[in-house]
Amino acid sequence: MAEKRRIELMACAGTGCVAGGAFQIIEELEKEINARGLDEEISVVPTGCNGFCGQGPLMVVIPDNIFYGWLTLDDIPHLVEEHFLKGRPVEKLMFTPPEEKEPLPLLSEIPFFRKQLLIVLRNKGIIDPEKIDDYIARDGYVAIEKVLTSMSPENVIEEILKSGLRGRGGAGFPTGRKWKIASQQEKTPKYLIANCDEGDPGAYMDRSLLESDPHSVIEGMCIAAYAISSPEGFIYIRTEYPLALKRMETAISQAREYGLLGHDILGSGFDFDIEIRGGSGAFVCGEETSLIHSIEGDIPEPRQRPPFPAQSGLWGCPTVINNVETLANVPVIIARGADWYSGIGTETSKGTKIFSLVGKIHNTGLIEVPMGITLREIVYEIGGGIPDGKQFKAVQTGGPSGGCIPSSLIDSPIDFESLQQAGSMMGSGGMIVVDEDTCVVDVSKFFIQFTNDESCGKCVSCRDGSDAILEVLNRISDGEGRDGDVEFLEELAETVKDASMCGLGQTLPNPVLSTLRYFRDEYDAHINEKRCPALHCRNLIQYYIDPDKCVGCLKCLKYCPTEAITGELKFVHIIDQDKCSKCGQCLVECPSKVSAVIKVTGSDIDNLEQLTEIVACSERKTMNIGTA
Amino acid sequence: MPKLTIEELRKKRESTKKGIYLREGNFRGKVTVHMGTCGIASGAREIMSTFLDEFNSRDITDIMLTSSGCAGLCSEEPMVTVEMKGYAPIKYGKLNPEKTKRIFNEHIIEGNVIEEIVLGIGSERAG
Repeated sequence: MAEKRRIELMACAGTGCVAGGAFQIIEELEKEINARGLDEEISVVPTGCNGFCGQGPLMVVIPDNIFYGWLTLDDIPHLVEEHFLKGRPVEKLMFTPPEEKEPLPLLSEIPFFRKQLLIVLRNKGIIDPEKIDDYIARDGYVAIEKVLTSMSPENVIEEILKSGLRGRGGAGFPTGRKWKIASQQEKTPKYLIANCDEGDPGAYMDRSLLESDPHSVIEGMCIAAYAISSPEGFIYIRTEYPLALKRMETAISQAREYGLLGHDILGSGFDFDIEIRGGSGAFVCGEETSLIHSIEGDIPEPRQRPPFPAQSGLWGCPTVINNVETLANVPVIIARGADWYSGIGTETSKGTKIFSLVGKIHNTGLIEVPMGITLREIVYEIGGGIPDGKQFKAVQTGGPSGGCIPSSLIDSPIDFESLQQAGSMMGSGGMIVVDEDTCVVDVSKFFIQFTNDESCGKCVSCRDGSDAILEVLNRISDGEGRDGDVEFLEELAETVKDASMCGLGQTLPNPVLSTLRYFRDEYDAHINEKRCPALHCRNLIQYYIDPDKCVGCLKCLKYCPTEAITGELKFVHIIDQDKCSKCGQCLVECPSKVSAVIKVTGSDIDNLEQLTEIVACSERKTMNIGTA
Repeated sequence: MPKLTIEELRKKRESTKKGIYLREGNFRGKVTVHMGTCGIASGAREIMSTFLDEFNSRDITDIMLTSSGCAGLCSEEPMVTVEMKGYAPIKYGKLNPEKTKRIFNEHIIEGNVIEEIVLGIGSERAG
């Protein structure tokens, strides 16, 4: 047995923190600990994603449970000396909630963590994902043990059906029903595929799951394979996720070594093994039939369903495809029972959901919350609200297939049905918060540009339809919107939905339709008044220096990349609109106590243009700040 | 590593649990060695090491061993505070390895406060 330690430093080594230098920080921690002869008492444990990515690189000190964030290499010697040697926790590295002065030392006190309910991510930050023993110690592989010793495949399917578990990849199909359909097929062999081809912009739930707890996915796959009598499974991971791939490879080989994968698992007579397949980043591969084609070595294009993969999938054999998050729920359901699981969540959506909370929000990160939680709790309690005193506008959920949930629906509980009713969808769990400075036309443009790039091109409606939608959106945001554009967009969107074969095309108009539903007035303002209410669309805005406020400090002038600003020290500066590229640098440079640079749109532009002309024509001398 | 049977997997689970007990946080008591500059200067490191050895030898997984800064009574260093759930914290001062072993065996394991060497009972109030 390992020597007893008095302190363990659970250092986040998820992709976010690694990008921030986590590996170097771990190295430095070990160096400083060794230098003080504390290496027998204190160990550093690299973990998967802790979730509070906005605070990375971060770590949690066990057993004190103290949370340290935004670590730099320079902090480490002091931290080791003060806290780990002398027992004095370092306040300046603790988390301080926005707009407060006192730090919250304990992880359990931080609101970001307090409101979460961990089922899938039960081991995040607690285990070293590269050690199977850590997973086993946390009651890992208890469920497969139970399944192999006391349950028939039918029992397993029954239990999953009873739990109410639904697919976490987006569509929310009941997992037990999918397994049942596959198990009833006569053709053999049957295949199991775990889908980790996560591609939504701003979403990283699946990646973090594999990085923090790969064995929970492996155990879930073993149970699913037992339920449908499959001897072979694939896990499809995009190669843009090198850390997830590496940890999954390690986990699979460890599981094989222990006899938890392979021939005669745990001496039960059940055979099952897993092979990793790397995807190359085509978004459409997340669609199940495309993914199957990709594994078969064909061009990853979708095909018509039915037959569904559960009837005829990989190499024409019955195939269950589940998202990795769905599979990671399975061991817990088996171990703790369907009744326990179905007690969590809403009437139609059971359990929890992982979301990646990003965008205009204080606390960005990965969260797991019970179904039925309200958007308000997520945005204001977990997320800590909107930075810089800005107004919350909407949350974009479900990625390119989803839509915007406006602030008016902030108190509605989140589940599969409520999101669909609101014109969005659960999707895989991306949650992008937007504030008053975000233009909804621009949001739509972004997602349509994405799906337009990623459309495989098989269906005309998706390929050319997304082109046409994008063209109209570009026109609107360029200030060239025409009467009837909104109606045309609506018609186009419905057509693309109806005429496309796979989920990508069928859902790609959602960002447009949902923003039209809730923010029609903004589209109208762009088209009719040539006004962008969020002051975002470049062709519809102008930067302007308020002559009453400008102190003539030359700052904006110096940093203007197109030399569009004229003026002298202590003379009012003026922007030449013909030269201005609208980069906004002048607004950034103008000192906050001066705040002379403003953005205007619509009819305000005309008013200010006249004013500017007056200023420009007037005798410069009279505008000398010193004498005015 | 040979392939496991179900029985071996269960055994492994029990033994691996000991490796992560710190992270589970199910403690019935806490032992704090005061390790301010005064504590370290008067030998707190040795006290900490002695506790670690004792914890190790008896496979203790339900008591947290931690350190803190100076307790304010520097003349009594090295000092330790033993807090068992449901009891007032007890401070012992002027420790040496022998006293430390006694505290471990008599107080922490058997639950008997060693009255003749107790420095104080209870904690100061927070102002």
